[in-house]
Amino acid sequence: MMNSTAFLPTTDGGSVRTTPVDAVALEARAAALCTRSIKTTSKRAALHTTIRCIDLTTLEGIDTPGKVASLCQKAIRPDPANPTIPSVAAVCVYPEMVEHAVTSVSGTTVVVASVAGAFPAGMSTPAVRVADIADAVGRGAGEIDIVLNRSAFMSGDLRRAYDEIVAAKEACGTAHLKVILETGELGSYEQVRRASMLAMAAGADFIKTSTGKIPKAATHPMVLNMAEAIRDYADQTGVIVGLKGAGGIRTAKQAWHHLVIVGETLGSDWLTPERFRLGASSLLNDVLMQIQKLDTGHYSGPNYVTVD
Amino acid sequence: MAEHIPVDKTFKLFIGGTFPRSESGRTFQIHSADGDLLANAAKASRKDLREAVKAARGAQADWAGRTAYNRGQVLYRVAEVMESRRAEFISVLTDMGQTAHSVRAEVDRSIDRWVWYAGWADKLHHVLGTVNPVAGPYFNFTFPEPTGVVVVAAPDDPPLLGLLSRIAPVIISGNTAVVTTGGPSALAAVTLAEVLATSDVPGGVVNVLTGDKAELLPWALGHMDVNSVDLTGEPNGLDDEAVATAADNVKRIVRSDPVGASPYMIGDFLEMKTVWHPIGR
Amino acid sequence: MTPTDNPLESFDIDYAPALESTAVIDIADSYGHFINGVFVEPSSGVTFPTVNPATETHLADIADGSPEDVDRAVTAARTAFEGPWGQMTGSERGRYLFRIARQLQERSREFAVLETMDGGKPIKESRDLDLPLSAAWFFYYAGWTDKLEYAFPNRTVAPHGVVGQIVPWNFPLMMAAWKLAPALAAGNTVVLKPAETTPLTALLLADVLCDVDLPPGVVNIVTGAGGTGAAIVDHPGIDKLAFTGSTEVGKTIQRVASTRRIPLTLELGGKAAHIVFEDSAFDQAVEGVVTGIYSNQGHVCCAGSRLLVEESIAEHFVERVRRRISTLRLGNPLDKNTDVGAINSADQLQRITDMVATGVAEGADLYQPECELPDKGFWFPPTVFTGVQQSHTVAREEIFGPVLTVQTFRTAEEAVEKANNTPYGLSAGIWTEKGSKILWMAEKLRAGVVWANTYNRFDPASPFGGYKESGFGREGGLHGLAPYLREQTSDAGGSA
Repeated sequence: MMNSTAFLPTTDGGSVRTTPVDAVALEARAAALCTRSIKTTSKRAALHTTIRCIDLTTLEGIDTPGKVASLCQKAIRPDPANPTIPSVAAVCVYPEMVEHAVTSVSGTTVVVASVAGAFPAGMSTPAVRVADIADAVGRGAGEIDIVLNRSAFMSGDLRRAYDEIVAAKEACGTAHLKVILETGELGSYEQVRRASMLAMAAGADFIKTSTGKIPKAATHPMVLNMAEAIRDYADQTGVIVGLKGAGGIRTAKQAWHHLVIVGETLGSDWLTPERFRLGASSLLNDVLMQIQKLDTGHYSGPNYVTVD
Repeated sequence: MAEHIPVDKTFKLFIGGTFPRSESGRTFQIHSADGDLLANAAKASRKDLREAVKAARGAQADWAGRTAYNRGQVLYRVAEVMESRRAEFISVLTDMGQTAHSVRAEVDRSIDRWVWYAGWADKLHHVLGTVNPVAGPYFNFTFPEPTGVVVVAAPDDPPLLGLLSRIAPVIISGNTAVVTTGGPSALAAVTLAEVLATSDVPGGVVNVLTGDKAELLPWALGHMDVNSVDLTGEPNGLDDEAVATAADNVKRIVRSDPVGASPYMIGDFLEMKTVWHPIGR
Repeated sequence: MTPTDNPLESFDIDYAPALESTAVIDIADSYGHFINGVFVEPSSGVTFPTVNPATETHLADIADGSPEDVDRAVTAARTAFEGPWGQMTGSERGRYLFRIARQLQERSREFAVLETMDGGKPIKESRDLDLPLSAAWFFYYAGWTDKLEYAFPNRTVAPHGVVGQIVPWNFPLMMAAWKLAPALAAGNTVVLKPAETTPLTALLLADVLCDVDLPPGVVNIVTGAGGTGAAIVDHPGIDKLAFTGSTEVGKTIQRVASTRRIPLTLELGGKAAHIVFEDSAFDQAVEGVVTGIYSNQGHVCCAGSRLLVEESIAEHFVERVRRRISTLRLGNPLDKNTDVGAINSADQLQRITDMVATGVAEGADLYQPECELPDKGFWFPPTVFTGVQQSHTVAREEIFGPVLTVQTFRTAEEAVEKANNTPYGLSAGIWTEKGSKILWMAEKLRAGVVWANTYNRFDPASPFGGYKESGFGREGGLHGLAPYLREQTSDAGGSA
């Protein structure tokens, strides 16, 4: 049974330590970072950066090729009226939709990410999880988002949770692996810290807050907590792991605060799609409306942005 | 030019921050000292009581979770709004037959009483909590917590002072209240409800059920999700058997002074929690 | 075709000035004293300037209070005490304090901007800490005025009479609130002297006192420097003294007050140990240590100025502290993004500079992040000293600036020993996740305030004050009310 300051093995034979987290102080720090005031001339750059870091997502049982095609068009060209608006980083879909997405984004900078490995609960055997991942990769996904096995983690079987991530990374081949911790289920910031270190030690390329399928998701203190874990991991091993916030990020203001939290904790060179993503759907339109306000000086409305 | 014909007020219940009529559709008549009809007030039923208890329970965790300072601020703001509605309170009490002088005095005292309790929010722990010198290497402290949902039988007399004197000590510490009133204090209670609805008091913290206390209270006394019943304003005709059912979930039954004020009256609706922790490396 | 956005391809966390507007305030050219409910011309005509330490611009001329001015103020306070204030019920007194609290909330932006301009602290601190706590202090004590029989059961208490209060420049309005609220709640009247470099928010408070119809003479404000303070301390009409400031001046006041045999409370300097164990919440401890010394530029009596870190994590911890302070933003205090503001005065800047030079001369290792200091104004970069011995001057004497010294320890006993090895005893901080260790340390530390897994937290319900040469008496809570009351004996005059 591991306690908070115990060692976790890394895949190269080393080890890392996790640390306790004080919730009150963490939340106070996140709140303080959210009082940072943005410079008007930086707003546009912040909004463009936000867009370039978005994984535009649809993960519904009702997704169809038509829906995915429409999403991909939006991902490539978020505002048809404004060609200076960049593409988003990626689209994120279920394995069944990967091939349709690959076709739609072919020739663009948009990457296809797929959830895989019995998303969102992760409650299948290791073999099934690995097969699901290999299948999505085979269909052309360049990025794979899996969930941490919370059943194993919360029942104390950290070894199994760890091994499944190692196996997932292997199954990814050259695709990059994001591990979703489902922070809303883990019960405390300290548990999330421990899960973050475990996932990184097991080989995750990105750690991600949430599946978006439960109400509690990417809060500012939680993103700060994970950013601190990533910083700690980099200090201990020299390895850079990316951060993805997902679930509940709907407004440009929230996204802006996440940029501040990540930028002040990890540095400005983290504010790039290679190291930072926001999993969202309605966020994009709010960002576009903010850009329209910068352009026109007037508050915009839903009629002036497209639904995907 | 026609004379302005006043828009008569309907006196409804106050549950969860809104003003519904009784689900039973019943009303009862309140007359002035001169015999004029003042209101067809809503007559609460046991189902209204059930809904009020649900609303009170739903609001309790959040209300208790606020800082003591915040609860004090909220009650102080209620006093500000009461002050601005002095005329209405005076009018309501005058209609019920009190003299002008005693009405003004009662309204003044009532507002002062409420402010007095507001100031206790962040002080009652100094008086009612302790650090206990146990005989061992343990840090041991006792602190008060609200008991939960309290049903208050409001005194009939004095109608406003009695009402406020029994509600304030209940809610200041984080309890929520379901207040049952009879005829004489019904109008004051509904006016108070309007004040609460326009202050920063979250819905459900205070619920007001006008009607027949003797009819409603047995349901409150037997309700298994009520923590305490304040019988200071106990009506005539309340069955001993009804009071005995309170024992089914070991309710805290309180009988106090309708016009007194003391931090120990706050204490009547508190639970004391004691915590131990070792001292050592 | 994929759209491109070259000019916007990279985004730096770069906050440009987000200035709080100064349009909300109105500073007069000069101020007299506030005596008996009105501003009066000073008797001597001698004035001194108050400046904005961030820009060195002149803000106003302030009257230098003479013994005559002090005498007028004490007389006004005595008349008010024997008159309307002394005859009021507790509830009535409370009503005035509630009003003052409300006005501070309503005019909080105005007061915060003025505080920052006069004193140099970042606007986010005056806005988020000084103002809310000032209002809260009045709210809290307003509620005690009519509850004294429960505050001190079985004791009949009465106010002292006229209270002399001298407050410092580091939290000018807040310290005035900490002094005025309990004194007035208890039924005393007051002669208050704000610090000479920061009188403006106290003078604006005088406006509030008029607006709430506080009876004239209940609070009198006499501005000035050391001489004015001495005149208050010496005045035979003062029934009780309260002082917050340096230990040196506090000792002088104690000498006078003890020969006069009047009650005294002192809140003096500190040299707090900030103790970090290996089993702490590491990231939060780093943050706590940094804010514990660099908030308000270290102009804090309870600042955690001596880091004592467990040796097994010391190197990593100190590296992280260095990294963290390199992201502190130093600059215009009116900028909402500023973390570290201006040093309060040229004198204080000189003191800090001299102390740091001594630190270097005695052999400690200095670290300061690269920091662009503005041309005008008084500035000092956040500073860390490692290689510090217990005997070094920088480890023993209060610097009252943004300077942290670092020492290590191996065991909890050693940490306690080093922490207690000082004539001061105001506060201490502990970072560990182990509860029993917190309580053990708290028992052993000779400090009036112990913060565990947090630092610099204040609340009107929580008593604050020091052991040893950090002073005596408490502010906040029930313990903060007691110094302003005396046991009423049968031959005492005055009303309860």
